[in-house]
Amino acid sequence: MSSADRIREAFTSKAFIGFVTGGDPTLEDTRRYVRVLVDAGASLVEIGVPFSDPIAEGPTIQAASARALSSGTTLEDLLTLIQTLRHDGITVPLALMTYLNPVHHYGYEAFFTKAAKMGVDAVIIPDLPFEEHGELCQITREAGVCLISMIAPTSADRVRRIAQDATGFIYLVSSMGVTGVRTEINTDISSIVAEIRRVSDVPVAVGFGISTPDQVAAMSAQADGVIVGSAIVNLISAHGSHADEVLKEYVTQMVNALS
Amino acid sequence: MIGRFGIHGGQYIPETLMNELHTLEETYLSLKDDPEFLAELDGLLRDYAGRPSGLYFAKKMTKDLGGAKVYLKREDLNHTGSHKINNVLGQALLTKRMGKTRVIAETGAGQHGVATATAAALLGLECEIFMGKEDTERQALNVYRMELLGATVHPVTSGTQTLKDAVNDTMREWTRRVSDTHYVLGSVMGPHPFPTIVRDFQSVIGREARAQILELEGKLPAAVLACVGGGSNAIGIFHRFIEDAGVQLIGCEAAGVGIDTARTAATIATGTLGVFHGMKSYFCQDEVGQIAPVHSISAGLDYPGIGPEHAWLHDTGRARYVPVTDDDAVEGFEYLSRMEGIIPAIESAHAVAHALELVPSVSPDDSVIICLSGRGDKDVAAIARHRGKEMMES
Repeated sequence: MSSADRIREAFTSKAFIGFVTGGDPTLEDTRRYVRVLVDAGASLVEIGVPFSDPIAEGPTIQAASARALSSGTTLEDLLTLIQTLRHDGITVPLALMTYLNPVHHYGYEAFFTKAAKMGVDAVIIPDLPFEEHGELCQITREAGVCLISMIAPTSADRVRRIAQDATGFIYLVSSMGVTGVRTEINTDISSIVAEIRRVSDVPVAVGFGISTPDQVAAMSAQADGVIVGSAIVNLISAHGSHADEVLKEYVTQMVNALS
Repeated sequence: MIGRFGIHGGQYIPETLMNELHTLEETYLSLKDDPEFLAELDGLLRDYAGRPSGLYFAKKMTKDLGGAKVYLKREDLNHTGSHKINNVLGQALLTKRMGKTRVIAETGAGQHGVATATAAALLGLECEIFMGKEDTERQALNVYRMELLGATVHPVTSGTQTLKDAVNDTMREWTRRVSDTHYVLGSVMGPHPFPTIVRDFQSVIGREARAQILELEGKLPAAVLACVGGGSNAIGIFHRFIEDAGVQLIGCEAAGVGIDTARTAATIATGTLGVFHGMKSYFCQDEVGQIAPVHSISAGLDYPGIGPEHAWLHDTGRARYVPVTDDDAVEGFEYLSRMEGIIPAIESAHAVAHALELVPSVSPDDSVIICLSGRGDKDVAAIARHRGKEMMES
């Protein structure tokens, strides 16, 4: 089955996508936490590649990135981790979220070929907008890894163009600003999803700022899934290597809130 | 391709900002040749900023070095004390034309922050400046200066707490609030269209300098020197000379302690191709693509990247980039102070330092222009500390 098909299957019913920063606080912890997320009902897991200057992240994921870097985590380590997770029997689609520079430095072709081999289904690159997809799309296509397109509240006339080109799933950014827990989400998600649906049937997942069961219920009613990052990372930040139980409890509650 | 300089440049930025960048590009393209807009900008540059800046013949320095005639392009005499005002006035007018009421900006040494706060005061714009916490301490006087001008200064505590982190936080703030806010980027860096807009606004330096040297010397200079961090004063003075093949263009990078050490900010000498802060260019980075912490005595050159047009001028060989150490820059700083009675910004002192090496080997029939991008009052306390004299900021 192709990565795109595996991702589509993960969205058969409303999907909960959990995010953890790889190597926060250690790679061994990340390995366990991915398992916890999947066991608690996550349909897809995103693993963040720590970067020195994560310009799309709020304080929570910035701090997680710094912790992961100080434990020495590299892109190569995370490719290996994904291979390990596959050996562990994790079958849900796995996505890497990374800034472009570490991938550029690794070499585009070398990276995507290896990523496919290790079991990566999708790569999300927040600093690679639609206009710059050109330098990667052939490589990702040949490797069979989905390059995820992002759509923002400000995308307006760009929504259709981006959606037409999308593979895997569409990452719909819920709010202005950077990642981080928010009390309110004011963007008209339904109308952006409707606009996407005019040109694409690729599943749409809403992310940025979602942390409560109520938000999960509201967002998943309007889209195909939700992405939760900072709230999970906050738990890991508070509990370090002992977050298994709280994560399980939290994710179970969130998964149960899916509409 | 639009917004590319060879393979460099581009728009590597979150989707949230893409439409804003398109609007900025359209607005700029519609105004850049608009007589009314240009008249307004020229008026401010003349009556408010004090342009044209002089091209000063440094007679004592010329005699002392015994080579080419040395000319100093006196950007230090502009209002607010550096070339930064050229770009800021242009972008502040753009902000007004886009109907926005608020500007945000990053600053390293504080020169760009002071210039932005100044233009905001002049044009009635709300202004917030992001400055690395370490820099707010190194340049406490400039923080107060910005506050005096009505700006709010946010000390940036993320990452290395210097210029690159100030850029990160300003970009984050822009993604948070874009509808009424323009990001006045301070150098020829970032995503397209910034490298082009900032270059165009700064190229007044080279247009004036070229006309001035032709009038004074009757011929073009042998070389033009400028310091390079992101590279806005350098591209400003280089741009009009690019087609003059006989004129050497020399960018002076901050080598910090030395290019064979980790404590350097010399991007061309030690960096590799990468993608960061919205652009493809050369960056100081480690073996796995993490942006490296950099060091320079000069807060304004303490940046791990270089503007994409400079990366391209380097690739094509049209410009040459040389590393200048902290120690040499301090010597240049002291030399110009004593020799000509001009205290240069420590940034500009990097170009002065390289001139001390270069000028003696150039024929006395020729001339060399140094872009004196800013004045050095802000650096006096730091240089005193470097020389082992402890003193309070004045």
